[in-house]
Amino acid sequence: MRHGNDGREGTGVNAVAQTGHRRLAVGRMAGDRRRVWPWRRTTLAALAVAACAAPFVLEPYRVFQLTMVLVYGIALLGLNLVVGHGGRVSLGHGAFLAIGAYIAAVMTGRLGVPYPLALPVAALVTFGLGLALGRPALRLSGPYLAVVTFVIAAVVPPVIKRFGTVTGGSMGLPVPVPSAPSWTGLAEDQWLYLLVLAVAAAAFAAARNLLESRAGRALTAVRENPHAAEILGVRPGSHRALAFGWSAMYAGVAGTLYAWVVGFVSPDSFTVTLSIVLLAAVVIGGPGSLAGPLLGAVFVTFVPAAAQRAGDALPGIVSGLLIIVVVCFAPTGLAGLLRMAAGGVARRLGRG
Amino acid sequence: MQGRTRTRGAARGMSYGVTRVVARGTPRGAVRGTAVRGTAMAAVLALTLPLGGCRLTGGPEVLAAGACRGQHVTGITEDAVRVGGIYPLSGPASAYGLIASGVRAYFGHVNDGGGVDGRKIEFLVRDDGYQPARAVEEARRLVELEKVFTIFQTVGTPSTAAVRDYADRRRVPQVFVATGASRWGTDRGRPWTIGYQPSYVAEARVYAQHLKETMPRATVAVLYQNDDFGRDLLDGFADAVRDSGVRIVAEQSYEVTDPGVQGQLANLASSGADVLLSVTTPKFGAQALAVDAAITSWNPLHILNSVAVSPAVMKTVDTGKVREIVSAVYQKDPADPQWADDPAVEVYRRSLLRYAPEADPAAPQTVFGWTAAQAFVKALQQMECPTREGLRDAVRSLDDVPVDTLLPGITLSTGPGDGFPIESMMLARFEEGLWSPFGKVVDTRAVFGPVRTASAG
Repeated sequence: MRHGNDGREGTGVNAVAQTGHRRLAVGRMAGDRRRVWPWRRTTLAALAVAACAAPFVLEPYRVFQLTMVLVYGIALLGLNLVVGHGGRVSLGHGAFLAIGAYIAAVMTGRLGVPYPLALPVAALVTFGLGLALGRPALRLSGPYLAVVTFVIAAVVPPVIKRFGTVTGGSMGLPVPVPSAPSWTGLAEDQWLYLLVLAVAAAAFAAARNLLESRAGRALTAVRENPHAAEILGVRPGSHRALAFGWSAMYAGVAGTLYAWVVGFVSPDSFTVTLSIVLLAAVVIGGPGSLAGPLLGAVFVTFVPAAAQRAGDALPGIVSGLLIIVVVCFAPTGLAGLLRMAAGGVARRLGRG
Repeated sequence: MQGRTRTRGAARGMSYGVTRVVARGTPRGAVRGTAVRGTAMAAVLALTLPLGGCRLTGGPEVLAAGACRGQHVTGITEDAVRVGGIYPLSGPASAYGLIASGVRAYFGHVNDGGGVDGRKIEFLVRDDGYQPARAVEEARRLVELEKVFTIFQTVGTPSTAAVRDYADRRRVPQVFVATGASRWGTDRGRPWTIGYQPSYVAEARVYAQHLKETMPRATVAVLYQNDDFGRDLLDGFADAVRDSGVRIVAEQSYEVTDPGVQGQLANLASSGADVLLSVTTPKFGAQALAVDAAITSWNPLHILNSVAVSPAVMKTVDTGKVREIVSAVYQKDPADPQWADDPAVEVYRRSLLRYAPEADPAAPQTVFGWTAAQAFVKALQQMECPTREGLRDAVRSLDDVPVDTLLPGITLSTGPGDGFPIESMMLARFEEGLWSPFGKVVDTRAVFGPVRTASAG
């Protein structure tokens, strides 16, 4: 690791000179010379303002859709840790989403616990489960890992159905929708949106810090060449398991938020199909990038709904075709496309 | 650069927790950046919060004057009414998507004739893939974005239960849902949701009545799906045969996820019961029929609940090897030669060809959609106020309303203490590839009294 870093020192300094930023992404340290968007902070600030203003300008349903984008974004961010940064496939994240959602539903719905408490509990439980499952599972690779995670996704819904006295069985459970404190004067959907936005902002900040930390670099190293990384002192097993744990935690948190937003959980909402959709969304959004999960979430939320306007059976076909198109023509996903476009604009303007 | 040096300084082993790494490895610049951004966000939030009450988009549409003052008129105008339906057009239950075609055909037919009291019906269909949570999302879309007047039909007990809370909260009528669970009728706390078809309890009562009359000392073996639907019907049956000579001697359940029901049937066969009551969905109903035909030593009367009846299931039946197949019906079967010249069925066929040519006219789901849409239009006509509240009250005060594709003698009736529009059914026997109704219409309300408690939820 130390040697690797030393070797990259030159490019790192170079990049600093180019962009004027003190902090560098992992990729840039590794010598990534693609042009970057020069107005990152301005853009982020503009996005933040837009995100905060959205619930007051848009119709309730649009606010709900944006909330769903953020919820899926958090889940995809987690999955991206495993898929994009860890280089491993997981077909089981729908299960963690289900566990998070059911923790919220049972705690607030059945036990009458105040709703904010569900979030840390869901995060802890799913993190523990992810770690426990990740350790043995991630020793496998390729199709074997896919099958094991697939089994997780397949097993959870029947288990939920089996414990019907607690979980409501196949009929599902209604979840009390968190209502805004009266002093805010906010409508229910606006409050939920801001709540989810706050969690999403924290989740993205945490993911960014994680990826730019030593652990994040170690994870990238393990993905690129596990043997070399191991020789350099990185333990592939523990890093992958930790990444899986984090990733499960993100999914669990997203599940809790999902339960709040939708107000109803049922085992049929968390089938294997959901896990596959999540994986597809990561691929479409752009694996291994931070913007990718959000773009993937936008895709999941809007494309099927828009496609249904055109015809009853179209959503599946349209999604499938788009996946093929993205994989063939933009292997870095929508985030890669965006980055290319941004780089192009920056170059034309003579910056970056 | 400082951040990186510190990170490296912390490098001793690789096995420490990631949390610590995050805490220590975060460069100072990032902390400052996050803090600045956080403050900015908080400031924006503080500025925008007072706006909370006044959203820039419009509020609910309420009648300002007249007898119906204060009632909601979203989605209904002098010349149009917007209606939203949520159907499983994709996924495991997509066969029920045909209901939407039947509904569309009837609304097309009505609009052609000038609409309902001059209002054209605009019917918006959304797909929930038979997933309850998606049904809630679609309901929100219909109510908040499309601004529909009412949700006319959700399909399946789970989806309906999921949408019910939302409809109740938003005070949107969710009428004539396509599920037979008895809870829609018994739950007084949620007046915005009402069922349509005979409840599973009513159906169970029809079978019980038939057995009590024709085989008063019958022993019954029950195969049921282990969920709300299965238990609702089974409990209804057990309740209806209580204190009579008809006894349940064996019960076997299966899960929807099971591959088959051969084992269960073998166990039931060992009871030697006179009657097999098959409380199943189509796939398992077909398997039960096949196994019943294969077991030569046991030859019970096979009662197949109406949920399992579909042309595809019945096509596979080897009628020579099953003693007798009986089910309960309440609407006209377009394939039955009895109704070949029936004007109602004639209009149905013609309109279907015109407005939903892709749908199979013989499928019971299509007729179901057509018939339910007809009931819905009758309810619209009976509204005293053209408002959401008006529709809610109208569907709860139906008095013997006839619908021409229901079997003669079956009408829609509801009242203050009765949330079940159809509670009469007729028995039908499967003969020569067709269902032929026999006996007379059984009015379960009159025979057994109202359904009091839901078996679940």
